[in-house]
Amino acid sequence: MSTASTVDSTVEGESDGGSALSDALVVTWRNLKRIPRIPELAIFAILQSVMFVLLFAFVFGGAIPLPGGGSYREFLMPGIFAQTLAFAAATTAIGMVDDMARGLIDRFRSLPMSRSAFLTGRTVSDVVYNLGILIVLMLSGLAVGWRVHEGVARFLAGVGLALLFAYAMSWVGVWLGLLVPTVEVGQQVAFTAIFPLTFLSNAFVPLQTLPGWLQPVADWNPVSAITAAMRELWGNPNPFATNSFPSEHPIILTLIWTALFIAVFAPLGVRRYRATSR
Amino acid sequence: MSSAARSSAPAIVAEGLSKIYKSRSGEVRALDGLDLEVEEGTVLALLGPNGAGKTTTVRILATLLRPDAGRATVLGLDVVTDAQRLRRRIGLSGQYAAVDENLTGRENLWMFGRLYQIASPTARARADELLDQFDLSEAGDRPAKTYSGGMRRRLDLASALIGHPRLLFLDEPTTGLDPRSRIGMWDVIRGLVRQGTTLLLTTQYLEEADALANTIAVVDAGKIIARGTADELKSTVGGERVEVVVHDPAQLGAALRVVSDCCLAEAAVDEHTRRLTAPAAGGATQLVNVIRALDEAGIAIDDVGLRRPTLDDVFLSLTGHAAEQPDAIAATPVAAGRTA
Ligand SMILES: Nc1ncnc2c1ncn2[C@@H]1O[C@H](COP(=O)(O)OP(=O)(O)O)[C@@H](O)[C@H]1O
Ligand SMILES: [Mg+2]
Repeated sequence: MSTASTVDSTVEGESDGGSALSDALVVTWRNLKRIPRIPELAIFAILQSVMFVLLFAFVFGGAIPLPGGGSYREFLMPGIFAQTLAFAAATTAIGMVDDMARGLIDRFRSLPMSRSAFLTGRTVSDVVYNLGILIVLMLSGLAVGWRVHEGVARFLAGVGLALLFAYAMSWVGVWLGLLVPTVEVGQQVAFTAIFPLTFLSNAFVPLQTLPGWLQPVADWNPVSAITAAMRELWGNPNPFATNSFPSEHPIILTLIWTALFIAVFAPLGVRRYRATSR
Repeated sequence: MSSAARSSAPAIVAEGLSKIYKSRSGEVRALDGLDLEVEEGTVLALLGPNGAGKTTTVRILATLLRPDAGRATVLGLDVVTDAQRLRRRIGLSGQYAAVDENLTGRENLWMFGRLYQIASPTARARADELLDQFDLSEAGDRPAKTYSGGMRRRLDLASALIGHPRLLFLDEPTTGLDPRSRIGMWDVIRGLVRQGTTLLLTTQYLEEADALANTIAVVDAGKIIARGTADELKSTVGGERVEVVVHDPAQLGAALRVVSDCCLAEAAVDEHTRRLTAPAAGGATQLVNVIRALDEAGIAIDDVGLRRPTLDDVFLSLTGHAAEQPDAIAATPVAAGRTA
């Protein structure tokens, strides 16, 4: 008599699990449909982004001198983008818990669809959502004096890197969302984890201004990496703290971090999704 | 009803299913060696109170949960090792209507159809067909969040049917519905059964199991404690019950003797509500006898009547203890159940 514990999840045979791509597209479609159906969500997300840019630009705009000069607002904008995109993890986690609470995850799991498609669909639709938010942030940034100086190709490379970062953060959110019991807890956990991540970075202040012992932490922080990468690609002020690897190769470090996040959290998330039993 | 000619294996076979939930507050043995068999083309009702293990059983059979011990095959496929192939052949409508509130009814059905691996045009046609069948055509283009509880339930059931499943699981399909929607749902379910779908449904209401199922399996504490047709179960309970509410608590003892004598069976007493219940095999005649005997004994009563046996009565006679029934009308909010 075989018991469940002797059977590995891989036995479930992905081959008979429908088309991963078309299933993921259907789930993406479903998640994106939600945006026009609850316009309040999008409206407030947009207002919040605009408000954020304006507050930072006008409250701190003149207060923080940059080592080596340059416009603080130009320095700041990639930081705000990075912070907002780091919260992709929270967006995704909340979406997951919400589907769980409504019993929808059970329904999806009872369907003969690809096991990973539900999660891929979730992370892809969240990237589309975050692209929308990024565009709003950029337009607001342009309005307060932020500029891109290095041409279209490097601009697009920066956008691509930013979205890759958001995508990786979404996979962290998938895993988190399957771990927490309620939307409220998910929100708390995500915010508690992400706020320090974004503030212990170069997003809002140059690394040099942080206490010495914090500098290496902030230096290797993935949020610092993506922020510095955007600054480098777009020709925004990017004062280096050290001659460390992170400071000199923010683009490579961002790629490493995102690959690492996806490589770790995607399998963890899929495993948890298969086994989830709430 | 069922095609007797078919001598195939049973549609569902479960042997010794066990499931223990571990949580911070300790372990809960939800299933404790549950055995089950359902013949193809028949309807089996899992009847049991809240917490008996009905949902756990359904979730294991529908491949959502792995048993800790025991095995089960559905339509000849092992629920653990052949889960993905099995999912193509079954439909599940869970205890809480799980439809996407932000999508319209039509969009929900199309989406579930696509994920059932049905081609898009076919899924669209099937969605129209189901909306029609479930009386949702008019509401088909409205987001599901505008639907009433009964409409949501019907949409949920329609979603489970999108892939023409040979076997359907319905977990408490009418809990939380008002009486009218409940009867409507019964009609829908009967229609499905007429088309030959094998059905396993769970319910807390004997009346519902009676109305819909060929066979009833009574679950208590993760085990099947009785199995039979509705009539067989009712005969163990003794058909209708006579129920008496005594006016004066001091007369409860006297009333107990009178009613027990009259009904040739020990009456059950609820001191709190001053209520006596006893089997009334003789129906209305017996009721008259009870009233007359109480009157002759000078026992004042507040209320008296005949009623059909309930899950409580079945439980009382099978286990000697009452089922821990939740409030029958307790609302079951769509979203709340999962996190409890
Ligand atoms: N996810 C879970 N974690 C812990 N205990 C659970 C979980 N799900 C169900 N239980 C417990 O298992 C028992 C059986 O639950 P369930 O199968 O939902 O019963 P029913 O559907 O008959 O009401 C109950 O005691 C319930 O509290
Ligand atoms: Mg249940």
